[in-house]
Amino acid sequence: MGACKVTDQDFEKEVLQSPIPVLVDFWAAWCGPCRAIAPVIDELAEEYAGRVKVCKLNVDENPLTPGKYGIRAIPTLIIFKNGQPVETIVGAVSKATLVNALNKVLG
Amino acid sequence: MSGELFDLIIVGAGPAGLTACLYASRSLLKTLLLEKGPVGGQVIYTDLIENYPGFPGGISGYELIERIQKQLEDYEYQFLQEEVIDLREVEEVKEVHLSSGKVLKAKAVILALGAKPRKLGVPGEKEFTGRGVSYCAICDGPFFKGEEVAVIGGGNTALQEALYLTKYVKKVYLIHRREAFRATPILQERVKKNPQIEIIIPAVVEEIKGEDRVEKLVYRDLKSNKKRELEVAGVFIFIGHEPETGWLKGKLEMDESGFIIVDREMRTSRPGIFACGDCVSKKFRQIINACGEGAVAALNAEEYIKNLEK
Repeated sequence: MGACKVTDQDFEKEVLQSPIPVLVDFWAAWCGPCRAIAPVIDELAEEYAGRVKVCKLNVDENPLTPGKYGIRAIPTLIIFKNGQPVETIVGAVSKATLVNALNKVLG
Repeated sequence: MSGELFDLIIVGAGPAGLTACLYASRSLLKTLLLEKGPVGGQVIYTDLIENYPGFPGGISGYELIERIQKQLEDYEYQFLQEEVIDLREVEEVKEVHLSSGKVLKAKAVILALGAKPRKLGVPGEKEFTGRGVSYCAICDGPFFKGEEVAVIGGGNTALQEALYLTKYVKKVYLIHRREAFRATPILQERVKKNPQIEIIIPAVVEEIKGEDRVEKLVYRDLKSNKKRELEVAGVFIFIGHEPETGWLKGKLEMDESGFIIVDREMRTSRPGIFACGDCVSKKFRQIINACGEGAVAALNAEEYIKNLEK
């Protein structure tokens, strides 16, 4: 199944209004580290299915949302809970780091 | 998997570790490859590799790794996304301890641990990482379209990335603490010819300032010994790398910077433990020699394992 796609248009509905926490991976095709962590993002989508929604937002096609959150580096991963960003992780980090962040948000 | 005895455990899946894996799996060694982060290591941060033979016009770091991974699909080995926290020797068996608590066993180990970008260690660097401070021009350059940025460093990476950034930004200030660059002459020539790059040498960065993102860089001009300020939106730092070998301290011989000492056969100070790539003590850190060392390490590991059986 893997991570779902979100856009500037449906960000409000899919992320901010989501009843469960959402991990958003801000990425672009020209970013090697973004592509390198893609398999891990898909794994997390499966492992956390039903508990956390895992989405990818292409910053090239959707410039408004990254601008709104002051993103100046990718990959940047933001975990949203009740419409608010609660955790921000910059860079191609290990899967363990992401798992820890997700578990922290899930409490 | 615990309980199982591998012939070879390779720690790290950058060019050195992947090449070692290619050789080991072709030698039909029972091989396990471990990587804690994304496969590829530092190479995936490189936009264009022009000095790897066989790729006229250059190849991106990510693409090179993708090709090696594709090549590996033809062979048998196991892969785990795990972090190694300890290496112990129990007689001739090597125990690889993972952060998840698992303990894996092998007859031989290859450490291809790589290195991570060195930090400047100035105020503002940590606070603004991801908000103007960057260690990856290819990832973050496009966020600085039409703005002015600083690049810190004087080696190949710094000059290469300064050139790359000129595709997006209005101006690059290239700041280096020495009077001359270490980078290869062809890159120095390109940098000097580029009207978008202003060279500031010798100078040291003292502080990165801003409200909620980078706005200013404070540096000291070493010739006049005066403090100066630049208005920049980004600070890209390329001042070399440091190894992540702290967890091996006291177990293997290392140089004063923590790089692992090996001989020409990639043998460390302990039998059956080999090291290759950027984590070893050496003068030049290139993808081509990381791969070469990975091959040598795997072939020597194979020989070591065969001799154990005798």
